[in-house]
Amino acid sequence: MMEKRTGIKTLADLKRIQEEVSRRIGLRDKAENPESLVQVKVAMATCGIASGAKEVMEYLVLELDKRGIDAVVTQTGCMGYCFAEPTVEITLPGREPMVFGDVNPKRADEIIERYIKNGELVDGIIPQNYNTIES
Amino acid sequence: MHLLVCAGTGCHSSQSDLVYEMLRDEVQRKRLEGEVQIIRTGCFGFCEKGPIVKVLPDNTFYTQVKPSDAREIIDEHLIKGRRVERLLYLDPETEEHVLDSKHMGFYKKQLRIALRNCGTIDPENIDESIARNAYQALGKVITEYTPEETINLIKRSGLRGRGGAGFPTGLKWEIASRNDADQKYVVCNADEGDPGAFMDRSILEGDPHSVLEAMAICGYCIGATKGLIYIRAEYPLAIRRLKVAIAQAREYGLLGEQLFGSSFSFDISLKYGAGAFVCGEETALIHSMEGKRGEPANKPPFPAQSGYLGKPTNVNNVETLANIPVIILKGAEWFSSIGTEKSKGTKVFALAGKINNVGLIEVPMGITLREIIYEIGGGIKNNKKFKAVQTGGPSGGCLTEKHLDTPIDYESLTAAGSMMGSGGMIVLDEDDCMVSVAKFYLDFIVEESCGRCAPCRIGNKRLYETLEQICNGKGTAEDLEKLNNLSNVIKDTSLCGLGQTSPNPVLSTLNNFLEEYKEHVFDKKCRSGKCKNLLYYVIDDEDCVGCMACVRVCPVNAITGAKKLTHYIHQEKCIKCGACMEKCQFDAISLLNDYPRVTPAMVDA
Repeated sequence: MMEKRTGIKTLADLKRIQEEVSRRIGLRDKAENPESLVQVKVAMATCGIASGAKEVMEYLVLELDKRGIDAVVTQTGCMGYCFAEPTVEITLPGREPMVFGDVNPKRADEIIERYIKNGELVDGIIPQNYNTIES
Repeated sequence: MHLLVCAGTGCHSSQSDLVYEMLRDEVQRKRLEGEVQIIRTGCFGFCEKGPIVKVLPDNTFYTQVKPSDAREIIDEHLIKGRRVERLLYLDPETEEHVLDSKHMGFYKKQLRIALRNCGTIDPENIDESIARNAYQALGKVITEYTPEETINLIKRSGLRGRGGAGFPTGLKWEIASRNDADQKYVVCNADEGDPGAFMDRSILEGDPHSVLEAMAICGYCIGATKGLIYIRAEYPLAIRRLKVAIAQAREYGLLGEQLFGSSFSFDISLKYGAGAFVCGEETALIHSMEGKRGEPANKPPFPAQSGYLGKPTNVNNVETLANIPVIILKGAEWFSSIGTEKSKGTKVFALAGKINNVGLIEVPMGITLREIIYEIGGGIKNNKKFKAVQTGGPSGGCLTEKHLDTPIDYESLTAAGSMMGSGGMIVLDEDDCMVSVAKFYLDFIVEESCGRCAPCRIGNKRLYETLEQICNGKGTAEDLEKLNNLSNVIKDTSLCGLGQTSPNPVLSTLNNFLEEYKEHVFDKKCRSGKCKNLLYYVIDDEDCVGCMACVRVCPVNAITGAKKLTHYIHQEKCIKCGACMEKCQFDAISLLNDYPRVTPAMVDA
């Protein structure tokens, strides 16, 4: 994922890299990038791992690959929804991110088949209940 | 089209499951299954106005939906495309219906500043952090600001230490910057030790670069070239992610020599703690880092004068640091516009205990406890009655019903007899015994007291023993007075913050729940049934058939009785082992939390 890079010497260097990586990661401009991949983020802080996030992540990586779905699965930190761990956030190209709670391999299967493949929502969505500094 | 029905506990208790079923039936009746899907979701964080139904993709947000509203929503909105006005949220200020939930961000009580990247980025990939502005603030201060300007900016923002005491961060930096030395240190205090607190761990695990960047900014301001993170070895994942983050930042040249082409160099290393609570106190922390015993020292000298290895040292908490880069990028005025008069910005809390939505939250200072518990937290588990919130961990105290509407900031919490603390919030319900809660914290303190000064070492032990006596039903009226006096002595005479605040759980429960203490002492009663020794096994006259099974099984011969006559348990002999209750096949033995005063007419026939 990370490219070998040395020596950020100026603020302009940093900004250039920022633009480059933002484009690549597509954190901001998903909408302008309709062909970009399905992004899957698994909350992998201690709380998530303790409730089985590792198994879910392995399952997702393996199954998405097996079923031929072009997706990037990454880990992330605690989303704050400890009452519903493991939590997984899925961003379909051009759509708002969706967080699913209490995900186990069985639910992950349902999410792949119904949400990722067909865009149908499934039970157990966790609505975003906070504002961020960007909003 | 999607209909999202909140199935969070708050909405569930106001019949959201019925709303879900009615919507589903209606969709089936109208044969819309192909086009409309009905989905149950987790909590929207707006439990006050539940049940919530949200329609996608147009983002219509219906509040207080009743099962009988289902048909109208389907007929009007889904089929005719007209929103059901009366179910839309009414903005209390403009008195207008809000059509699109995009315009009702205000209902979201949380504002994430310190947690801005937690759960959004991959913490082990620096590129994702950079995409979210990491190290921009560092670059900006190094290339555009002098250290004094930066310190002034932090001072103007009003940021105060998030470790609990609330000392102004900018002032702390200024003091450290004024002390000249050949070497200075920036220390990040990641020794999070309050029971039930996990804010710092989550930040380090989810967004390590924000802390690294802030440490470098602090180094630039106070003239330090070395940073140390004191982290407990009990946080292996946080340690691993920090190591990865430090290595990646070095590779990018964001840590190390001559940052951003300037003459300023800064590098960070880790120091592990063994998990002693007292090492969160800055002088004890510094001793521990030096390889000495983790004991606090008298202040002054403050670490800013003589800290790690005798050099000027600035110690900041993880959450404090995580705020710094945003303050620099968005400005002091932006930050100080959030919060209350004296407490600016947001605070991260770890919500735990008897609450539905256990989790990590970040809220603006000045929010009320009621909003946190009943809206963000989704209320008390199993619809029990709220009793208290323990904040500030073992050094804090209890906030009760009368504090529910107090705006939360450093001053108001102290005035209420608790403290901000690092941010653990443990919610207690009617089933919790407040004497046992105080005992739990004292047990923790006795374990964690470093033993250096007598009031803390001996005094807390005596406090614990007295509480134990009371829980065992052996407390006296003098004990209550002793608890109070001894607590105040420990508070006044202990050496460090740990001892000075350790009796707070006792004092605050005595203050708010004296009734419960009195019941334990005078009535030998624990209303919540948590104190085992204040529970009484009794035999019900009507259900007892006189089979002698319990008489034979009782290991201390506390039960008398003859065949076919009602048996009787002598409370003064009973050791509450429960063997009789297990043995009884007629469910004639029950546990009471009140001393059985009725003596049976015939005991020994």
